[in-house]
Amino acid sequence: MNDALAKNINAIDFASIRKDFPILDQDVNGYPLVYLDNAATTQKPQSVIQSLKNYYSRNNSNVHRGAHTLSDRATADFENARVEVQHFVNASKREEIIWTRGTTESINLVAQSYARPRLTNKDIIIVSAMEHHSNIVPWQMVCEQTGATLKVIPVNDQGELDLSAFQDMLSEQVKMVSVGHVSNALGSINPVKEIIEAAHAVGAKVMIDGAQAAPHFAIDVVDLDCDFYAFSGHKLFGPTGIGVLYGKESLLESMQPYQGGGEMIEVVSFDKTTFNQLPYKFEAGTPNIAGAIGLGAAIQYLNQFDRLELQRYEDGLLELATEQALATDDIKLVGTAKNKTGVLSFLIEGTHPHDVGTLLDQQGIAVRTGHHCAMPIMKQFNIPGTIRASFSFYNNQQDVERLFAAINKVKTFLV
Amino acid sequence: MTNPFGTTITSSDIVEDLSFFDSWEDRYRYIIDLGKQLPAIDESLKTDDRLIQGCQSQVWLEPYYHNGVLSFDVDSDAHIVRGLLAMVMSAYNNKPPAEIQAFDIDSFFNDIDLVKHLSPTRGNGLRAMVQKIKTIAQSNGPS
Repeated sequence: MNDALAKNINAIDFASIRKDFPILDQDVNGYPLVYLDNAATTQKPQSVIQSLKNYYSRNNSNVHRGAHTLSDRATADFENARVEVQHFVNASKREEIIWTRGTTESINLVAQSYARPRLTNKDIIIVSAMEHHSNIVPWQMVCEQTGATLKVIPVNDQGELDLSAFQDMLSEQVKMVSVGHVSNALGSINPVKEIIEAAHAVGAKVMIDGAQAAPHFAIDVVDLDCDFYAFSGHKLFGPTGIGVLYGKESLLESMQPYQGGGEMIEVVSFDKTTFNQLPYKFEAGTPNIAGAIGLGAAIQYLNQFDRLELQRYEDGLLELATEQALATDDIKLVGTAKNKTGVLSFLIEGTHPHDVGTLLDQQGIAVRTGHHCAMPIMKQFNIPGTIRASFSFYNNQQDVERLFAAINKVKTFLV
Repeated sequence: MTNPFGTTITSSDIVEDLSFFDSWEDRYRYIIDLGKQLPAIDESLKTDDRLIQGCQSQVWLEPYYHNGVLSFDVDSDAHIVRGLLAMVMSAYNNKPPAEIQAFDIDSFFNDIDLVKHLSPTRGNGLRAMVQKIKTIAQSNGPS
């Protein structure tokens, strides 16, 4: 056991945290489940499951419009969840928190409502080479629609952004920079504060894809000074189908909605329709009420812990896994950035990731294999994909040991 | 190396062999071994137009129609998928189109307990390959 694990086990009772997640207590293919696919989606604590059950059993009703008690209760819980999120990212106002279906929809909203009406064929959008497809394709679509150019920050062999190349790319033509806070495929933590400051110096706006960051450390949008920040509920121990877009109020005020419908309007007539105020003007249709309430419960669950302690514990697990990987013949790590969190991406020489994933699954170990929706960075490393073990605070040392015992068994089949 | 699947190794041979194994280890060693008996296709055939893209592994397929019989060159970059391809070939390779169309592949996969490998979400290209072979059989078969 390394120091980080030893120290944190004393501070927080991680064995009891694990019991908060009922799904972890089961056998898969005859073995106790080891869930190491947390970067794809996290498991849900009992309190989140209970909040969904409570909502549907007691309070289900449409929000903001009913003249009855259930609607009042649903509305109060739904809006309280928004305030939970506001505090969670340290936003100044609840109006800056927009509910979406997830990070993908948040990025598309900014691409269509902020970038599309403002950009021309003289303008530039910058993303990085390690982005998830959901932080590439929405910008490619805007470029197609406006004639703007998409430029890409290069990534070095360790999986770190080349910041001096980024500096050289900056000019007054750059209107939008959108980068991931943490890479889903490599685990690299990107220096977004530095990127935001540099982009602002040339007048560009910055969007941060925080899908892989929010589950691992505290987010402070005021300190970062980002213009937009997105994350997904299901990667943050909450339900699927709910996500968040934070935007600076002045920017959100200046943007036109790209989806129309109920809820987002003020007055509708066939002559002229006026839009509702923030945040509702971006929330057309009946929202994912249960999802928002469940996400609020997930944040409340996290708030009971010192998140720095959780992060140190997770870093300890990653460190332990990295040590074991380095001590195992034939393993090649993909993504060795100095600053990493949550993700061990690797290959076993002479094997295909898909084979390894299948044989790990037979031993009750859940990992992700493939290109992780980040084909450009896989192409840069000239690999078909990786095996990705991703950690959360409910994982433990035994999970890491089971993973490597299972890997050694897989090697007897394939190497 | 000639392709033994569909001739010396039939689909019923595979169903029978697999029925003897109790452990996942034996089953997967067998599947990987079947893959090793499948001749690798020529690198020059691994082109994009023969590629059936999956999100986790890739499959290449080249069909031949000769003397009323369909045969196939198939390959994958993953060992277990090669084994699964060998199983599919035991049912489809060197068969008249009508026989391919008549073969109940879903029951076969059920019998060998490989249905989960064929769910669309696995993204290994196998389901798409089976669909493509059926389409080829249909367009070459009696209408």
